[in-house]
Amino acid sequence: MQSVASQPHAAQPLVAMHGIEKAFSGVPALQSAALDVAAGEVHALIGQNGAGKSTLIKILTGVYSRDAGDIRFAGAASHLTSPREAQDSGIATIYQELNLVPLRSVTENIVMGYEPKRLSVFIDWREAHIRAREILSRFGIDIDVKAPLGSYSTAIQQLVAIARAVSLKARLVIMDEPTSSLDAQEVAVLFGVVRSLKEAGVAVLYVSHFLDELFEICDRVTTMRDGQTVSVRSIAQTSKLELIADMLGRNVDDIKAAGMTDFGGGTAKTGDVLLQADGVSTGNRLRNLTLTVHSGEIVGLGGLLGSGRTEAARALFGVDTLTGGDITFKGSPSAPANPAAAITQGIGYLTEDRKAEGIIPDMSVRENLTLALLPTLTINGQIDRKRERQIVAHYIDALDIKAADMDQPIRELSGGNQQKVLLARWLATEPELLILDEPTRGVDVGAKLEIQSIIRYFVDKGFGVILISSEFEELVEGADRIVVLQDGYCVSELHNPGITENTLVKAIAQHHQQNEGAA
Amino acid sequence: MLDTDAFDLRKYVANNTQTTAVWFALVGLIIFGLLRYDNFGSAYNITSFLNYNAMFIAISLGMCFVIMTGGIDLSVGSVAAFTSVIAAYLSPYGIEVALPGAVLAGVGFGAINGFCIIAMRIPPFIATLVTMLAAKGGALIISGAETIGVDWGSNFTKLGMEKAFGLLPWSITIVAALALVLWLVLEKTSLGRTVLAVGGGEDASTLMGLKVNRAKAFSYMLSGGCAGLAGVILASGFGAGQPLEGIGWELSAIAAVVVGGTLLTGGLGSIPATVAGALLLGLVFNILNFENGRGTISLSAYWQMVIRGGFLFAVILFQTRVTSSRPKVG
Repeated sequence: MQSVASQPHAAQPLVAMHGIEKAFSGVPALQSAALDVAAGEVHALIGQNGAGKSTLIKILTGVYSRDAGDIRFAGAASHLTSPREAQDSGIATIYQELNLVPLRSVTENIVMGYEPKRLSVFIDWREAHIRAREILSRFGIDIDVKAPLGSYSTAIQQLVAIARAVSLKARLVIMDEPTSSLDAQEVAVLFGVVRSLKEAGVAVLYVSHFLDELFEICDRVTTMRDGQTVSVRSIAQTSKLELIADMLGRNVDDIKAAGMTDFGGGTAKTGDVLLQADGVSTGNRLRNLTLTVHSGEIVGLGGLLGSGRTEAARALFGVDTLTGGDITFKGSPSAPANPAAAITQGIGYLTEDRKAEGIIPDMSVRENLTLALLPTLTINGQIDRKRERQIVAHYIDALDIKAADMDQPIRELSGGNQQKVLLARWLATEPELLILDEPTRGVDVGAKLEIQSIIRYFVDKGFGVILISSEFEELVEGADRIVVLQDGYCVSELHNPGITENTLVKAIAQHHQQNEGAA
Repeated sequence: MLDTDAFDLRKYVANNTQTTAVWFALVGLIIFGLLRYDNFGSAYNITSFLNYNAMFIAISLGMCFVIMTGGIDLSVGSVAAFTSVIAAYLSPYGIEVALPGAVLAGVGFGAINGFCIIAMRIPPFIATLVTMLAAKGGALIISGAETIGVDWGSNFTKLGMEKAFGLLPWSITIVAALALVLWLVLEKTSLGRTVLAVGGGEDASTLMGLKVNRAKAFSYMLSGGCAGLAGVILASGFGAGQPLEGIGWELSAIAAVVVGGTLLTGGLGSIPATVAGALLLGLVFNILNFENGRGTISLSAYWQMVIRGGFLFAVILFQTRVTSSRPKVG
């Protein structure tokens, strides 16, 4: 799989990472990962969620220590142990979550830690402001540098972060998803900056899941999958299809071979229209989404990371405000204004992040299970304990939740059983439409099958499910219909039976390929 | 005075609206007092007011640094009580020994706080609560729960009872000098800016390569040292080490810092405004005392606390608006 196509910059690697290994409490995150970046090169690093990109970067910048492998930077062995050392040796990182201090001024955010000084103690603010203004003017930005950073747009903040990197005389600038919150015009400014960095001989490591961008500004691309580096390609000699195949671990020929004929093979048995979304847009990467869910049907949402799957769920559940389009639920036009309204209407949403948004670790199985139900269980301000116990007992039995008893703290349960409790929490509210975002992530195989059969049982009673999953197998086996999203709108729709993993991959890749053909 | 409709963070910091408001309130109250009460502007009132409030300004200064890092120091009152006893015991050796000795003891408590918070990752609220109890108990143990008289024969009591160059009390002079130095540290040194950056975003500061732990350790040790200084002023001004004093001082200090416009969540703050906040809260007491003296009203000390509480409430309300209108960073 190691296809090292002609590498224009391979002669003088600025960064050379080889055989990098890293495990977190026994779970391997990186296995034989490698990365080569040449000076003056814009190098892309891509891969699905959990492929190990972030871990690799954090090892390079000294945030994490490596278990094995060697790193050379500018020809010398590198043993960085802190972000500070990385900065001092010429590696600047612009993190996705923008690690700057919004309350402090633009100048401070640029010069912090490297302030110009008078008498080598007192900060020379005049000089600092001049320096900040000068660096920003190189990017064509003219702003009040004394104002707090937080008063400016995300794009400006992003550029300030880059300005900081440049001012530190970085030889390598690492950008983690720099465009995820920028609009087209801001992206253009950013690319201009990237190009000028390149001209100045600075290497840029560019992490993104927007493949189009890579073809615009990158020279080479390293693809990671499951903690390993699977390919290094010259961007001029590759295609989006090839990159997608690398990311997903498929064979390009298989994808091409799974022709169009397999599409829409079966006819799904469906009831009435349960939910109808027409041209739904939000400010959050969802554009003109049209989606229909019938009762008795599982609709899968497929697509790569950033295609708008989770955003679609958030819009339907009333988390994000619609900027356009209509949602009709059970025949009445009503886009939920907030999650509480969506729940009242009969929609449930199991989020993808179980730990952060789902369970309350120290509360018991019973309390976790009935949280969403409390209002209906309360009589004169008192919780109807008897009914509560009946309901909990019913779901523990029906979903085969393995707990010592219903008062056991949920944190003591396995991941799969925790997930079943969360599923039960939603089922207990008796919704008519359940949105499940990665319902089986981090769950063992046995529990996974059980959860899938619970989902099937639920729809067989005449309800609807929207299933979001990064695992193609789960979508292919579980969904009656798969709607493929890209860049926030539907690009194709597949019907079961007849979908195979290859047809799904083809459908996801197809549109990228078409774009390419047109370009 | 405030244009609440068009309020945004940028204006707030650019114009320091709240800081300005504190100064206006301070000046307003002083003018009010001067016009209304005959003896308000007397040398005696000014001297005793400043002398008494020097202690509170000192602990507010330390507290300000701690709060700017996003932390809290609940131990300052107890540490001041403890160090006042230490200072009283050291008083026979003169102020040259007693002052550094007591301040060092305070710094020691601050170091323990810093260690617990930085190395052991105990939340500041808990860590300093523990030191608060320890210092309180320690003060009672070493003093046998008695006030410890100072040595009147040495120069120790000069600090709390005499004037520097015949102008201002030594206590307030030293505290003013301290405030000046800390102002310089905050505004003009990397250490000071790091303190603010840490409060504005600790993870971000770490990833920017700033010396986060150093800034936090400095803040807690400074706060302890300031409490130590307050203890010396207490012992010197009242002629005795007072193991039972200091109750609620941490709350007065927090109040002064907050009134001075420092965000309780950290990241924003000012030394002059903290001094103004401490003076303002002290002045509210002073004026209520004068008002009681005139016989027009008779407010008990309890009511004065209620008024102080109301004052704090108004300020916190104002700050909540600032933080909620703070632009999100994506």
